Amino acid sequence: MTLLEGEREVILKHVKEILDDRGTSRENLIPVLQQVQDKLGYLPDLAMQKIAAGLDIPTVDVYGIATFYNQFRMNPPGDHQFKVCMGTACYMVGGNIAIESFERRLEIREGETTPDRKFSLERVACVGCCTMAPVVLVDEEVEGHVTPTRVDGILLAFETETEKEEGKNGEGIEEKEERRSDA
Amino acid sequence: MGKKITLTIDDRQVTAFEGEKLLWVALENDIYIPHLCAIKEEERPSASCRLCFVEVEGFSHPVTACTQEVYAGMIVKTRSPRVDRLVKSAFELLLSDHRLECAKCPKNRSCELQKIAKERKLKLRLTRLKPLEKEYAIDESMGSFVFDPSRCVLCGRCVYVDHQEVEVGAIGFTHRGLQRKVTTFGGGLLADSPCTGCGRCVEVCPVGALFFTDKAG
Repeated sequence: MTLLEGEREVILKHVKEILDDRGTSRENLIPVLQQVQDKLGYLPDLAMQKIAAGLDIPTVDVYGIATFYNQFRMNPPGDHQFKVCMGTACYMVGGNIAIESFERRLEIREGETTPDRKFSLERVACVGCCTMAPVVLVDEEVEGHVTPTRVDGILLAFETETEKEEGKNGEGIEEKEERRSDA
Repeated sequence: MGKKITLTIDDRQVTAFEGEKLLWVALENDIYIPHLCAIKEEERPSASCRLCFVEVEGFSHPVTACTQEVYAGMIVKTRSPRVDRLVKSAFELLLSDHRLECAKCPKNRSCELQKIAKERKLKLRLTRLKPLEKEYAIDESMGSFVFDPSRCVLCGRCVYVDHQEVEVGAIGFTHRGLQRKVTTFGGGLLADSPCTGCGRCVEVCPVGALFFTDKAG
């Protein structure tokens, strides 16, 4: 994932602060990773490299720990997050079909984020509403009975929303221009 | 090194030093015990391959020889129905995660899996388990050697020499469970990693996961 403008500086600043605070002993690796993820929302490669250098351990060891635990994510959370339930009930009625539909439509794999950072896709364990299986959490909203067509519907809703917003912004600019020309 | 002691392995008297690990004592006395993950220099063995089980008199269950320290008067049996069953299952689990194409493999005939199968009369095919279908890219970026993760049995010998012996830190265990693998940082090519191409990891690989290209023919 390519870093956004100015993100590099933010990463370096936070990692330095946390390392200065925590010290450079190897036992601090997991707490440091947790704190960095708290600040940045995810663990960028650059952060892991800086942590490895700070603790004087190979970068691959940091990567090994970060990929071992589910709590760590390597990709930035998207503006909109899809969490597909893979609990027993959802799995039985085709949770994997829902996740595959998202993967196909967004052209990313589970655990990844689209290059424009608009959408991220994750799998979660039981959400707690098995009667609605298969369930997808769209940001904080629960969507039940998610079929591939419903996946298309969810994504279409976001597309129209962005189009509307862009349209509004466009209108806004036009209005301003009109006003300017009036004046 | 501790004091000299005597123990019995398979009805044979052998001498060893107190505190030595049983696996290495047996191997030094030409008593074969299957093993993949064991590293003699390692203080705390990972004991992850589950192949070196033996029966020790006075113990209720078979123990892993790589972690068991020898003591005076110890009586060991390297084979028993329980040991054979454990080893058979562990071996098949390893095979289920290993691409079995011995004829095409550069380590054919020098492979530790083949050796274990021969010694313990185990089948080099799956009978109870389904193969895990993994599609890992073969890394040929180093030129002098090749890394084929689909043949890796996760013994960790390469990671040990990389970290402890040559102290490079190019490769390590990453991910978890069935996705567990040996990779570089970020899962990229070896050529883009700190790897110096020393080839120590290739020398210690017991299977065809890491192999020199000139020997591949």
